[in-house]
Amino acid sequence: MNNMTSPKSVLNTSQLSVYYGSFLALKNVDMAIQANEVTALIGPSGCGKSTLLRCFNRMNDLIPDAVVEGKVLFNGKDLYGSEINPTEIRSRIGMVFQKPNPFPKSIFDNVAFGLKVNGYTGKMDEAVEWALRQAALWDEVSDRLKKSALTLSGGQQQRLCIARAIAVQPEVILMDEPASALDPIATLAIEELIRELKQLYTIVIVTHNMQQAARVADKTAFLMVDDARGGYLVEYDATSKIFTNPSDSRTEAYITGRFS
Amino acid sequence: MSLQSNKIFNSHLRSRAIRGMVFYGICLVCVCIGIAALGTLLVQVVSDGWSWLTWHFLSDYPSRHPEEAGMMSAIFGTLWVMAMTGIFAVPVGIGSAMFLEEYAPKNKLMQIVEINLANLAGVPSIVYGLLGLAVFVYWMNIGRTALAGSLTLALLVLPVIILASREAVRAVPNAHREAAYALGADKWQVIRMVVFPGAFPGILTGSILALSRAIGEAAPVIAISALVYITFIPTSPMDRFTVMPIQIYNWVSRPQEEFQNLAAAGIIVLLVVLLSMNALAIFLRNKYQTKSDE
Amino acid sequence: MKIRESFPERAENPISGTIVKYLFFLCVLISLLTTAGILYSLLSQAIGFFFEVPLIDFLTGTRWAPILKPQAYGVLPLVCGTLLVAAIAAVVALPVGLATAIFLSEYAPDKIRRILKPLLEILAGVPTVVYGYFALTFVTPQLQKLVPDMLVFNALSAGLVMGIMIIPMVSSLSEDAMLAVPRSLRYAAYALGSTRLEVSLKVVVPAALSGIIASFIIAVSRAIGETMLVTLAAGATPRMTFNVFDSIQTMTAYIVQLSLGEAPHGSLEYNTIFAVGLLLFVMTLIMNVIGHLVVRRWREVY
Repeated sequence: MNNMTSPKSVLNTSQLSVYYGSFLALKNVDMAIQANEVTALIGPSGCGKSTLLRCFNRMNDLIPDAVVEGKVLFNGKDLYGSEINPTEIRSRIGMVFQKPNPFPKSIFDNVAFGLKVNGYTGKMDEAVEWALRQAALWDEVSDRLKKSALTLSGGQQQRLCIARAIAVQPEVILMDEPASALDPIATLAIEELIRELKQLYTIVIVTHNMQQAARVADKTAFLMVDDARGGYLVEYDATSKIFTNPSDSRTEAYITGRFS
Repeated sequence: MSLQSNKIFNSHLRSRAIRGMVFYGICLVCVCIGIAALGTLLVQVVSDGWSWLTWHFLSDYPSRHPEEAGMMSAIFGTLWVMAMTGIFAVPVGIGSAMFLEEYAPKNKLMQIVEINLANLAGVPSIVYGLLGLAVFVYWMNIGRTALAGSLTLALLVLPVIILASREAVRAVPNAHREAAYALGADKWQVIRMVVFPGAFPGILTGSILALSRAIGEAAPVIAISALVYITFIPTSPMDRFTVMPIQIYNWVSRPQEEFQNLAAAGIIVLLVVLLSMNALAIFLRNKYQTKSDE
Repeated sequence: MKIRESFPERAENPISGTIVKYLFFLCVLISLLTTAGILYSLLSQAIGFFFEVPLIDFLTGTRWAPILKPQAYGVLPLVCGTLLVAAIAAVVALPVGLATAIFLSEYAPDKIRRILKPLLEILAGVPTVVYGYFALTFVTPQLQKLVPDMLVFNALSAGLVMGIMIIPMVSSLSEDAMLAVPRSLRYAAYALGSTRLEVSLKVVVPAALSGIIASFIIAVSRAIGETMLVTLAAGATPRMTFNVFDSIQTMTAYIVQLSLGEAPHGSLEYNTIFAVGLLLFVMTLIMNVIGHLVVRRWREVY
């Protein structure tokens, strides 16, 4: 798959494996994430899709016994190179988590957090408003920015977390099952938002919901797990191809619901 | 708005990393302050007291002459007080824990009990001494005896034992209780045959730690026993008594250096007892924890 | 095999079950009676004292000399001494304890934690009379090298050692509060490009703030009630002073001083220790209640 390393690809992995202690979570993944596209990672639970996602912003560094082997290139630079500062990487590759996790601070302070941490020199109010508008949350919260973020509904909290992530204007946004804790209406709002955001950002989304992948993703990667090998990449292609004409029989079995 | 550029973000990555390192260093120093103080204290005590720690120190009575003084009456006083405190406090602590965890209804009275327990744990120990002085020594007319001292210390450590026992009882899995009920056990049988055995190691550990706190206490015991000059081993709970921390206090408060060294020797004895009790408790806790992990 | 037939007739035995239940309840009553006993013993003796010394004179008087003639019963010098020592202890223990807690909860790898926690528990378990010895025979002589005209008994040395003594209390309660902060909040902050320092100080500490404040309050309350250390190291001179090199007397040290001499039961002298004890009890009770209220507020956040 090395031929997919086109100038447009933002993230490239080659022979990427992850161990937690002696447990092999992910093995020999090669894939390239294209700019301004939505890439979905699907697969049964335990297949390593969240682990793969966390390799892209070095969140695995925070797990004491995690070991990452192989390469991840970000705009051609080795993400795990010795001169790379993971703190900087994380301000350029944002992340939205499975469960909404706003800080117990005001709505405004949540969005401003990353701006302050990264030494934003412009007008804070404008940047917060911009991010909240981008996350389609501004109209709902503009009159209560000083209220605690915990007063928002689950769907609003998750859009707040998206606003918080995009406030620092990252190049890539990683989303780890961002709608799994939300009701169907809130989920639709998030999906709508993802389609909007890809104009400006490259998005990688982990989802357990295949319809969601079909609705939002340009490309889809299917991962599987078996006991001997840990998680591995089975097939990675345009979403329409994966869902209508997969080349691997295991992919077909999964998307038609024969196992989960 | 344009995408991220160096104009609007000034991340100061280098200075932030340095600040992080400085902060880490500060935290490390702070951790060391406590540990270093502990180390200095131990070194100071051992270097002052080691040469005074002889057999006759352990087997003689206090004396006006430092080279003849020993702490036997204090050691035996502490043994008496520890045993009686345990006899009073541990059963009551276990009973309270059983009631609060297994029987207690959710009502106003139990809320008051909870608040009361939380506050009792924060009452200064000298206040317990005043309670013992007014209630046990004079009102119940027990006098300034080992019994009055033990009752006072039992009340002092009761909240600690209750807290530890409740945690141990709570840690018994509900599935075990249900399994026993499903075999036709009644509530008392469940408590006797399932809850108590399951909670026993935790209760034991908590009780040992609570008693080790009791034997280190001097303030409430001084309020009860005053500073008496005791040259005999108590033979009954109604005897007058002294305990190791009071004997140590007595020696420290004298100006002559010899007595201060005696105090250091006494501290070594007290700390050895306390550390062995703590080690025993930690040993039991670890043994219990590995068992429940399997 | 006929197992079932060999069971004895099982008489319903509600009596033993009920008796046990009430026995257990009696145990619970003892802790309620303890509080009642504390209130009774403090109030009944203190009332005798307040018949002879008006409450207002007690609370506002600036001279405390219950034994020497002319007698004076103004408690403020004792309160002042108590607060002075507690303040010195707080200056040491609050920042050091908080930094220790941050280190334990945010930085220390598991191995280090497993060594540090028991050491801190030992620090917390050392009897206070031992700390008194340490203050008097080690810390004071060291300080006298720096400040030659410092008295043997002084507030500074007692306060510093008391600060060391309550570090574990601040650190363990604060650490509990920080460990209760969900990991997802830390991840969120890291994912925005925060350093560990920023995660600790801008996310974890604010989220755990009420627990941290409660640990401060409870630790200071403990310092106020601490007895043997100040009795040994801070002196027996009731004095209205904020000079840390001076000898002072705390409320608790006064109670011990009088107890040592077996004051005759029922005398005014005997009653003074209950009046002082009552004030001490009220002060620490208020602080503990505030501490617990703050903790409860913190629990509601998540």
